[in-house]
Amino acid sequence: MSAAALHPAEAPSRAPLHTISLFVNNKPGVLVRVALVFSRRGFNIESLVVSAGAEGRFSRMTIVCSGASTELSQIILQLAKLVDVVHAIDHTGDSSYETEIALVKLFAPLDERTQILQVAEHFKAKVVDYGSDSLILQVHGPSDKLDAFVDLLRPFKLSELVRSGKLLMARGSRVT
Amino acid sequence: MPQKIPSGGEKLVQCLEREGVQYVFGLSGGAAMPMFDALVDSKIKLILTRHEQGATHMADGYARSTGRPGVVLVTSGPGATNTVTGLLTAQMDSAPIIVICGQTNAVNLGKDAFQEADVTGITYPVVKHSYLIKNGADIPRVVREAFHIATTGRPGPVLIDVPKDIGQGPCPAPFTDSLDLPGYTVPGRGDEEQISRAARFLRESRRPVLYVGHGAVISDAGKAITALAEKLRAPVVNTLLGKGAVDETHPLHLGMLGMHGTAYANKAVADCDLIMSIGARWDDRITGRVSDFCTRAVKIHVDIDAAEFGKIIKPDVAIHGDARLVIEDLVPQVEIADTKEWLAQIARWRKQYPLHYPKQGGLRAQHVLDRLNELTRGESILTTDVGQHQMWAAQFCLARSNRHWITSGGAGTMGFGFPSAIGAQFGNPKKKVWAIVGDGGFQMTCSELATAAIHKLDVKCLIINNNYLGMIRQWQEMFYDNRLSGADLEGNPDFVKLAQAYGVKGLRIRRPADVDRILAEAHAHDGPCVVVAEVVKEDNVFPMIPAGASIAEMLIEKPKHRLEKPTGST
Repeated sequence: MSAAALHPAEAPSRAPLHTISLFVNNKPGVLVRVALVFSRRGFNIESLVVSAGAEGRFSRMTIVCSGASTELSQIILQLAKLVDVVHAIDHTGDSSYETEIALVKLFAPLDERTQILQVAEHFKAKVVDYGSDSLILQVHGPSDKLDAFVDLLRPFKLSELVRSGKLLMARGSRVT
Repeated sequence: MPQKIPSGGEKLVQCLEREGVQYVFGLSGGAAMPMFDALVDSKIKLILTRHEQGATHMADGYARSTGRPGVVLVTSGPGATNTVTGLLTAQMDSAPIIVICGQTNAVNLGKDAFQEADVTGITYPVVKHSYLIKNGADIPRVVREAFHIATTGRPGPVLIDVPKDIGQGPCPAPFTDSLDLPGYTVPGRGDEEQISRAARFLRESRRPVLYVGHGAVISDAGKAITALAEKLRAPVVNTLLGKGAVDETHPLHLGMLGMHGTAYANKAVADCDLIMSIGARWDDRITGRVSDFCTRAVKIHVDIDAAEFGKIIKPDVAIHGDARLVIEDLVPQVEIADTKEWLAQIARWRKQYPLHYPKQGGLRAQHVLDRLNELTRGESILTTDVGQHQMWAAQFCLARSNRHWITSGGAGTMGFGFPSAIGAQFGNPKKKVWAIVGDGGFQMTCSELATAAIHKLDVKCLIINNNYLGMIRQWQEMFYDNRLSGADLEGNPDFVKLAQAYGVKGLRIRRPADVDRILAEAHAHDGPCVVVAEVVKEDNVFPMIPAGASIAEMLIEKPKHRLEKPTGST
């Protein structure tokens, strides 16, 4: 994960983003094997969510990565080839339901809070911690909405940003 | 009397017996002692090597020559890390080997215990799959899965890391045949629609080439491919590792293609209107500059590994499946094709650009290998090391049948030749096995002379000795103004005396007139024998396609002018 998420203005021109879902054995070492496929071909993992699937013996991984689009199908095939990967699916540009949660901490004096709360209200963000010096806002939605929210808060004293990474589920009978 | 509960090590060895393992190649050590101890009472024969790398190449040679998996047993830490080169070699060339490593006690994992190394971590990129056993009850399932994974689909190495306390502790778990591999499927027959599409293209082709790789050897597709070639009247070329799938003396066979392939094979590939890869992966040694490769030809790709489709070359037809099954399904769908003009053109190339070497000016490696080919006539198993001798052997020693040619292609591992011959000899006691090596590579694993000597193995080692790392010297001569750097092997031992020091017969060839007599003497000798051919120091392998160049830029002989440095790597 890069600092680019925190300071997009400083980020170099980015390779295109891709979203991949993996259905894998819930075993030690699986994450390393998966990560090696990306690093060996020079892909950067921008976000990664791993959690147990509906059956405990399998895990779900949702990976957002950046790298050349021409290489993506190779990455998918290499992932699918891993013994521990049951399936690997490229969801880039499909109509799957996507969401992400972000927590944002701001050191905000009282006189700036009205503006901040206006932004928060517009994005349906919740104040989950209201301290005398600081606020924590929680927002969820598509990743680009979160990007916009964070950008609007940058002029204030944004001190910490934690994002869950993209969560994704294919609609209807399509498989995630 | 209640039955004694076996230890983890005993259970593991029993599982190996159940898999039909004959030999374990290995080197002992503290953390592996429970498994070595179990071997004392086993019918499996332990072949003690002198270095773990040697053990991996022996297992590899055993596996490639028999089609059965080769098994390695080593200890933790440095014992295990010494297998990494052998794992890479097996991974790159799809050889089924099982490497079992001792490991520190499970409770000490990650605590820098004596001879601890994160072996699963170190080896992730060079294995097909790996296991770190944390529970003794998993041993039977893990061993069964390891053998299944190593030997099916696209074969490859599997590593099993066994902590000492697991090996030492009781293991009451029953044997099992069940596999827990939901993410692993073995492809079989190809998709019918793709096969008929391929057949349509083949029917329309007037200048086809069948390009045969290691996958054809592994799946034993040679007979089917020969039938296809004969029906289509299509020429066959093979990769370095594909040698033997189709008899190289067949009239339709043009030998090896690629960087040091025959000129007529490469000219055929450059000029074809259809190229069909059967278990080959469009390696950079084959394609040269990819953007110039067969730009006008239809490309058909048969592979058991879907990740090979489009990796280098985007195929017009991709058939995912076992090479033999796919070709067997394809043969009835093609028709006898009119390739008369094409074969006539190829015959002209064959006549115009034959493989040749100077008959004067000292002893030539090509001459020695040409005569070895004459002596062995495809009946002996040949293994090679890596370098000039390997390319000359590939050119002059024609493989007539499957699993008679064993070489490190993908990884290009020096030190592979001699131990792989030892492994092949164990697997084929009735065959003669010749290792063809250079003076450089031989010295990387020559301590295995002891292994050959102890077992009185009928293995012959032909050292093509030019006192150089010859391929390096050739490149530096051709592309680096002959500025030799790290190429001169001054300080080589007397290899005849070295062999004798191990109790191995040593012979020397100095003059062309002695070649036949000495090769025959070695061949007839019952037991290990080293033959040192003291060849001319400065000789070059041709034809040659400089790395990264297109096939059209092939050099038939040494150019008069200075060449640009190659753009391709190595």
